[in-house]
Amino acid sequence: MLPNPQLNQHGELQHLLTIEGLPKEVLTHILDTAASFVSVSDREVKKVPLLRGKSVFNLFFENSTRTRTTFEIAAKRLSADVINLNIAASSTSKGESLLDTIDNLTAMQADMFVVRHAQSGAPFLIAKHLRDTGREHVHVVNAGDGRHAHPTQGLLDMYTIRHYKHDFTKLKVAIVGDVLHSRVARSDIHALVTLGVPEVRVIGPHTLLASNLEQMGVRVFTDMNQGLKGVDAIIMLRLQNERMNGALLPSAQEYFKSYGLTPERLALAKPDAIVMHPGPMNRGVEIDSAVADGSQAVILPQVTYGIAVRMAVMGILGGS
Amino acid sequence: MKKNLPEPDAEALYRALLAQVNAGLVDIPDPVIVGIHSGGAWLAERLAADLGIPEERLGFVDVSFYRDDYAEKGLRADVKPSHIPFEVNGASILLVDDVLYTGRTTRAAINELFDYGRPAQVMLAALVDRGERELPIAADFVAEYLQVKDNQSIVLHRADDGIFSLTVEHAS
Repeated sequence: MLPNPQLNQHGELQHLLTIEGLPKEVLTHILDTAASFVSVSDREVKKVPLLRGKSVFNLFFENSTRTRTTFEIAAKRLSADVINLNIAASSTSKGESLLDTIDNLTAMQADMFVVRHAQSGAPFLIAKHLRDTGREHVHVVNAGDGRHAHPTQGLLDMYTIRHYKHDFTKLKVAIVGDVLHSRVARSDIHALVTLGVPEVRVIGPHTLLASNLEQMGVRVFTDMNQGLKGVDAIIMLRLQNERMNGALLPSAQEYFKSYGLTPERLALAKPDAIVMHPGPMNRGVEIDSAVADGSQAVILPQVTYGIAVRMAVMGILGGS
Repeated sequence: MKKNLPEPDAEALYRALLAQVNAGLVDIPDPVIVGIHSGGAWLAERLAADLGIPEERLGFVDVSFYRDDYAEKGLRADVKPSHIPFEVNGASILLVDDVLYTGRTTRAAINELFDYGRPAQVMLAALVDRGERELPIAADFVAEYLQVKDNQSIVLHRADDGIFSLTVEHAS
């Protein structure tokens, strides 16, 4: 088996590319470290000097205001200099290759790349290129690649679940919606299984469920009422509008009827179940406003914890 | 691995430190105590209890995010959250550590405190001062001066019943 490209020879995290294959200890270390970063954001000076003098490049080849902003805030709270590249208006649109872009930015003394790309595997390609060219000191964080992985979202979801539920080993967690196209779902499933959650469920229509889900260690439900029974946490996925145009779904209204999270459906879960969503939400499509704004929703705390988790990831990488 | 020499009596040292701190804080209105994780935090907890300083004037810092060896050593795996429940602006702070050595930990702790506000003054109490300072830092209250070899470290332990002990160990 090939060594994990994310770990260096000492087993330390060198890049964060995917949760798949990371040992439980690494995930727990990130979550524990994030817990120490949460209070930094409540202080008069919301900064620590860990990455002072380091340059973090946000390379978003695909738009995402929220994720880019939270990475930017996290890097700035670690005292890094953050450079946001507007890729759509830059050299790539003039035909420059991905790796040429990386070479040019490392020539500008980049220390870390935060990469969002529509192509699955793009951050791996960058990490491999850096290794092949002897620049292992430059770190890569995957901020979402195609349908493949979104590891920091997975980690912030785990942080949120641990914050409210404390012990992973007694939980039932349901992931609801467009699992097929969701990198968030994939990262969540790997993280939940690695951290010892005994029952991970996915709920969605056949057309939006991947074929290999059972091999990932999850229970599959197409009936939402069945799937929600007795769960401790519900992770709703965003229904991407473009799916509606294909043959995968009849309409947003139809989808809401079968898979929208309403107060009535939420009542099937445990009374203290939490409701999560990676955002941005489509109210009235996958989630009812009464649930999104209700007392069981922890969607905004997820955003806050996301900053601490990203600080932890960058803080750990920067010192490895 | 433990070392030969008679190990210092941590409980006696603690009582000596308590007496010094008690006398030293007499003229300071509403002092607050901040312990440096982990040994300094144990000492701070006990000092606060013995001095009648309430919980809301007892804080803890973990200096991991302020260490000057981060670039070489990275982040420790057991970082603890810092917890400062009081207003730092204008506070008279007694910073507490178990062993004062190079002064780098103290420097990091002072830096962290200043990110919470501008204290009126910061004093330092240490159970043991082992010398070999690398920065211009001195403690206001010290129970004992001990010399050990460069490759040794002095480690404070706290038993389940709260009793302190000190060991001299070979640094890993």
